[in-house]
Amino acid sequence: MPLTQADVDREIAAAHAAYEKRVADGAPVEHHPRRDYAPYRSSVLRHPKRPLVAIDTSRDPDLVELHSPAFGERDLAEADNDLTRQHTGEPIGERITVSGRLLDRHGRPVRGQLIEIWQANSAGRYAHRREQHDAPLDPNFTGAGRALTDAEGRYHFTTVQPGPYPWRNHVGAWRPAHIHFSVFGSAFTQRLVTQMYFPNDPLFPYDPILQSVTDDAARQRLVATYDHSLSVPEFSLGYHWDIVLDGPAATWTEEGR
Amino acid sequence: MTITDPSAPDRVPPTPSHTVGPFYGYALPFRGGEEIAPLGHPDTITVHGYVLDGEGAPLPDALIELWGPRPDGTVPHVDGSRRRDPATGGHLGRNGVEFTGWGRVQTDADGHWYARTLRPGARGRNAPYLSVCVFARGLLVHLFTRIYLPGDEAALAADPLLTRVGDRRDTLIAAEEADGAYRFDIRLQGEGETVFLEFE
Ligand SMILES: [Fe+3]
Repeated sequence: MPLTQADVDREIAAAHAAYEKRVADGAPVEHHPRRDYAPYRSSVLRHPKRPLVAIDTSRDPDLVELHSPAFGERDLAEADNDLTRQHTGEPIGERITVSGRLLDRHGRPVRGQLIEIWQANSAGRYAHRREQHDAPLDPNFTGAGRALTDAEGRYHFTTVQPGPYPWRNHVGAWRPAHIHFSVFGSAFTQRLVTQMYFPNDPLFPYDPILQSVTDDAARQRLVATYDHSLSVPEFSLGYHWDIVLDGPAATWTEEGR
Repeated sequence: MTITDPSAPDRVPPTPSHTVGPFYGYALPFRGGEEIAPLGHPDTITVHGYVLDGEGAPLPDALIELWGPRPDGTVPHVDGSRRRDPATGGHLGRNGVEFTGWGRVQTDADGHWYARTLRPGARGRNAPYLSVCVFARGLLVHLFTRIYLPGDEAALAADPLLTRVGDRRDTLIAAEEADGAYRFDIRLQGEGETVFLEFE
């Protein structure tokens, strides 16, 4: 029998209730999804069943994972953070500005690191050859961008509002509009790939990927805030989204940048 | 709450992880991502393998990142892994001389990946290893593991991680092949599941 939205809704509710009970019983808050989250069917065969082996980084300053790959100005072209200027013509859609800061768990800016984004076009179609959704491609929009964080950890993208799109998790599955982010910190342990959502999307409760973050406050941190001060007059609407990296890193003085 | 107040006394809660999804292929991989070693460098090694799911099926859409030190054990802090051409905005890639230590490769249709990098040197008490980060559709949080190279049995026997994982250590040590390449399969689940790491 095909999996319906009602089936997935029940599984999402059960996973959420189980999490709330764990926390009520004294378990720690879970900021990240569990890798074995069955409502997202692709996760079933792709998560380890053995516990991860924990490495205490405070006991070994020699770990290569405490350093991060470096990126610099030569890794970027001038229009890399403006996805509306990567072709000869203008992309279709509502132009948006997305900006925020890259921070560590202590709220310190992560400077000079690479942020990569990719997204569907305004019709909900990726410029990816295996994408099956028959929404139109936009010859003036690829949907991939790069930026380096500045001295305050700030990044800045100009793009178009991505559309929601259907996918094959279950019958009637639609992803809420989102932008994928890939982020490097000051240590490889802080590596993060995630997705940014837009406020008040009616698809949120139905989406097993967003709902895989079972903690309500943590899930809210994936949703950008409309910020009128970031809106560019006669041009774009602004969204603010800060990214906080998890994982241990070298101390401020050791890192030295 | 998406605007963070860095002055808060408590630690700032982190941004949750999400899957890389199926459609990153036109954005994240880049030409030469798997050619990490400078051209013709005598310490170049080839590492390769398959990424397999809980039924032993290969993943055609996994993304592997490798990160390792120089042969002398020092860590490069060199940019330029994915240089862009300022004239055309197109892709230039590495300059063929500098070693950035970092690379990225997507598995092919058979679930196979390879990379050429420099043989890592030992750091501290650790046997030489390459750090690996695995991303895939279906994987809500990426996975870290390590590729240790066979050969120096004394170093491997003294390695703090390998000594802790007991008989699972073989999942972390690549197999040397007749042509000098090293085979390293990543099993996400089930029989022979690779040891994955978390850092605290
Ligand atoms: Fe997507």
